[in-house]
Amino acid sequence: MTEPERLRCRVQFDKTPAMRFTGHLDLYRALERTIRRAGLPLAYSRGFTPHPKLQLAAALPLGFTSCAEVADMWLEQGIEPAQVLTRLQDAAPPGLAFRDAAPVAPREPTLQQQVVEAAYAIDLGDPAPLDMEARVGSLLASPELRRHRRGKEYDLRPLLTSLELAAPGRLLMQLSAREGATGRPEEVLEALGLDPLSVRVERTALIFAPRASDATAT
Amino acid sequence: MAPNSTPAQPPLTAADIELRLHRLLPRVQKPGRYTGGELNQVVKDWDATRLRAALVFPDVYDLGMSNLGIAILYDILNRQPDMLAERVYTPWPDMEAGLRAAGLPLYGLETKHPLHAFDLIGVSLPYETLYTNVLTVLDLGGVPLLAAERGQRDPLVIGGGHAAFNPEPMSDFIDAFVIGEGEEALLEIARAVLDWKASGGPRPALLRSLAELRGVYVPSLYRVTYAPDGTPDRIEASDPAARLPVLKRIVPRLPPPLTRFVVPYVDVTHNRIPVEIQRGCTRGCRFCQAGMITRPVRERPVAEIVDAIEQGLAHTGYEEVGLLSLSSSDYGEILELVRQVSARFAGRHLNINLPSLRIESFSVELMDLLHGEASRSGFTLAPEAATERMREIINKPVSTEQVLTTAREIYRRGWHSIKLYFMIGHPSETLEDVQAIADLSKAVLAEGRVLIGPRASVHAGVSTFIPKPHTPFQWVPCDTLESIRAKQSLLKRQLRGPGLKLSWTQPEETQLEAWLSRGDRRLGAVILEAWRRGAHFDAWQEHFNHAAWMQAFAATGIDPAFYTHRERPIDETLPWDVIDAGVRKSFLTEDYLWSLQGRTRLDCRERCFACGILPKFAALRREHPSEAWECPEVRSPARPVVAVSVEAP
Repeated sequence: MTEPERLRCRVQFDKTPAMRFTGHLDLYRALERTIRRAGLPLAYSRGFTPHPKLQLAAALPLGFTSCAEVADMWLEQGIEPAQVLTRLQDAAPPGLAFRDAAPVAPREPTLQQQVVEAAYAIDLGDPAPLDMEARVGSLLASPELRRHRRGKEYDLRPLLTSLELAAPGRLLMQLSAREGATGRPEEVLEALGLDPLSVRVERTALIFAPRASDATAT
Repeated sequence: MAPNSTPAQPPLTAADIELRLHRLLPRVQKPGRYTGGELNQVVKDWDATRLRAALVFPDVYDLGMSNLGIAILYDILNRQPDMLAERVYTPWPDMEAGLRAAGLPLYGLETKHPLHAFDLIGVSLPYETLYTNVLTVLDLGGVPLLAAERGQRDPLVIGGGHAAFNPEPMSDFIDAFVIGEGEEALLEIARAVLDWKASGGPRPALLRSLAELRGVYVPSLYRVTYAPDGTPDRIEASDPAARLPVLKRIVPRLPPPLTRFVVPYVDVTHNRIPVEIQRGCTRGCRFCQAGMITRPVRERPVAEIVDAIEQGLAHTGYEEVGLLSLSSSDYGEILELVRQVSARFAGRHLNINLPSLRIESFSVELMDLLHGEASRSGFTLAPEAATERMREIINKPVSTEQVLTTAREIYRRGWHSIKLYFMIGHPSETLEDVQAIADLSKAVLAEGRVLIGPRASVHAGVSTFIPKPHTPFQWVPCDTLESIRAKQSLLKRQLRGPGLKLSWTQPEETQLEAWLSRGDRRLGAVILEAWRRGAHFDAWQEHFNHAAWMQAFAATGIDPAFYTHRERPIDETLPWDVIDAGVRKSFLTEDYLWSLQGRTRLDCRERCFACGILPKFAALRREHPSEAWECPEVRSPARPVVAVSVEAP
C-alpha cells in the first residue's frame, strides 16, 4: 500500500500570557484541538492506537511565554497551504497566535532533530539587582558551572552560548536545545543568583541546524 | 459562633488580585487551574451588569470543569444581558495556603473579583464529601460561613444538586437550596435578587421571596424539634411563605443541550463533550438515589443529540464524547442513536463513550457498532451484587448466566479487560454473598481465558453501599466498620493473581458519606468543627482526615452511630421529609418491604407501579400541554411478567 501524499506544514506561533501555565503536553492537546476546530484534515499514524501527526519543536517550560514556537503538522490531501494559516487563526484559543504556515519537504528530519539552540529574553522586573552587569560578567568568565538537577551533576557552562544584559532589567541568553543537551534558562538565572519564579521569561527564537550538514541526525 | 479565620480584607480590586496572582501562581502546582482565560469562557463587563453570580464547584478545578450542571447554569446566566456568571473552584491546599499567605481572597476566574463582591453564590452539592470544601470556599472568599451571620451586603448563598435532596446538614451555611433541576429555578432566584436589590428591602424579605418560588427551600424559615430519643419530632414552617414539603423542581422538557463548553488549558478529569441523552431512570434499583430523585424519564430526540455532538466538536475540538444517562440501554431509540452517531462520526478519531449499559449481549453489539475499528480498552458492567438473591433484594435482577454470556460476548468482540462494579454492605448481605463477588469475578476471567487466553483481565471495583435519602433503603442501617473490613479482607485474599485487580473504598470515607447523607440540622455544628480541625477535600484519600471528624463529633456531643447504625422505624420522621422528591413515601415504604421479601419490581417501562411522579406534576403538565413529558409508554403486555407478583398499586 502506498502512502497518500500528505502536506507537511510548518506553523509558527506565539504562546502568549493567557497560556503561560499550559505545559508541554497540554500545549500539544491545545494545538490538536485547534486543528480540529479549524476543520483541518490532520493525519494520523497507523496502527492499533493512531496518533495525530503533529510535532512540536522544543518543549517550553511551564510559566514561559514565547514568540517563536514551531510545529509541524501533516495534513491529508485536499487542503491549500494558504488556507491553513487563516483557519488556524480563526480557531485559535486565547494564548495561541499563529503567524505563519508554509509547506516543508516531507522527508526532512523531525523538528526536534533540527533545533539546535534556543534564545530567551528575561524581564527581571522592577527593581532589577544593581550589579547585574558584574554577575553576568563573572558567570561568562567561569570555565565551568557545576549544577545539580534531578540528582545528577552536570556542567551548564558549555550549554550557554551567549548571555548579555541588553538593558538594566532585560537579559538575553542563548542556550543549546539539542536532544539530550538542553540548557535551561532557569538554571542560568539561579546561577546568576536570581529567583526564576520572580522574572518573566520569553522564548524569542529557535535556531535550526544548517540544512546541508545535518549534524544532529541520530 | 464566628468563622475562625476570616482573611484580612483590605479593599483589593480585581486588578490588585490579578497583579498579586502573577507572583503567587508560578509557585503552586498546576497554576493553570487558577488563571481562567480559557477558550469559550464568558467575560462580561462587571460594572455594566446588574446581577453578578459566582458558580462554585467545591472541589478542585480538574473535577469542577468536568461538571455538566455548572456548565449549563453558567451558560443560562450569561445569556441574560443584565447578568454575569463566573466560575469558582476550591483551590488545592497549596494554593489555599498561598492565597492566605498573600492576603488574597478567592476570586471568580473570569474577572478576578473577590467572591464576597458577587450578589449570588451558587454552590453545586453533588455529593456529601465536599461539604467542608464549601466552607473553605466561603471563608477564602470573605463570606461569613453561617447564613445567620450574613448581612445586607453579603452575597446570597444558594446550593443545589443531588446531595441537596437532604439539605439539612448544610442548612447552617446555605441561605436557600434549589431542590431538583436548576435550569429555570436559578433564573427565578437571580430575578428575585435583582428585585430585592432594587427594593432596598431587608435580607429576610429576600429569603421570604425565595421561599415562594417553586422548588426552593429556605432552611431558616423552618423549625425542627426533636423527641427525647433524638429523632426529629416535628418539622414546621415558621413563615407563611415557606412550603411544606418543598416539591422538587423539574423542567417540563429538556432544553437544547449545551455545546459551547469552556475548554481547559490543563488536563482535567473528563476532557470531553458531555451530552445528556436522557434524564431520569425507569429501573428502580433500590440503592440508587439518582434513579429515584431524577424521575420522570425525559429523552432527547436522536437528531438533537447528533447535532449537539457536531456543534460541540466545532466549538471545542475535543476528541471525546460522552453520551450520558443513568441507563443508556433504556433510551428508547438507542440502536438508532448508535447507528447515526457511528455513521456520522466514523473516521474522525473520536472516542465516543456510552456508559451505563445493561448487562446483556445487545450492549456489546452497541459498543461494537460505536467503536468501529477504534481500539478497545475496557468494558464496564455493573452487576452491583454477585448472587441472584442479593440482586433481587436490591432490585437489579440479572441472572449470573446473563453476566457470563455478556462477558463472553465482550471478550469475543475484541475487548481484553472487563471492569465489574459491585457493592458490599447491601442489606442482609452475608459473607457468602461477598465470596460470590470473588467467584463471579474469577468466573468472568475464566471465560476470557478460554476465549482470548492470558490477555484477558478482570477488574473488580467494589464500593460500599450507603443508604441514601428518598430511596427504598433510606431506613436501613449501614454495615459496621468491622464487617466491612472483614468483607474487604476476604476480597483482598481472594482476588489476587494474574489478570485480577481489585479496588475498594476506605471504610472510614464511606462512614463519613453515610453520616452526612442521612444527617439532620445538628450535623452543621459537626461539619463546622471538623472543618476547623482541618477536614477538607474529604473525597480525596490523601487529604481525608478521619480523626478531625471523630474529634468534631466528640466536641459537639453528637453520636455518629445515631445517623448510620440504627434501623430507622418506618414511621420515624426523617430529616428530609421536608423535601418531596416526587416519588410517594408510601411507594418507597412498599418497595422497602418488598426487598425484605426478596420481591423485585419490573422496569416501569414494563408496568407502572404508580410511584407518584405523574400526578405530582399534573399541574406542570397542564401548563405545558404542547411539550409536556410523559412517563415512557408501558410496553404492550405481549411480554409476560415473570417472577413477580404485583399488587394493585
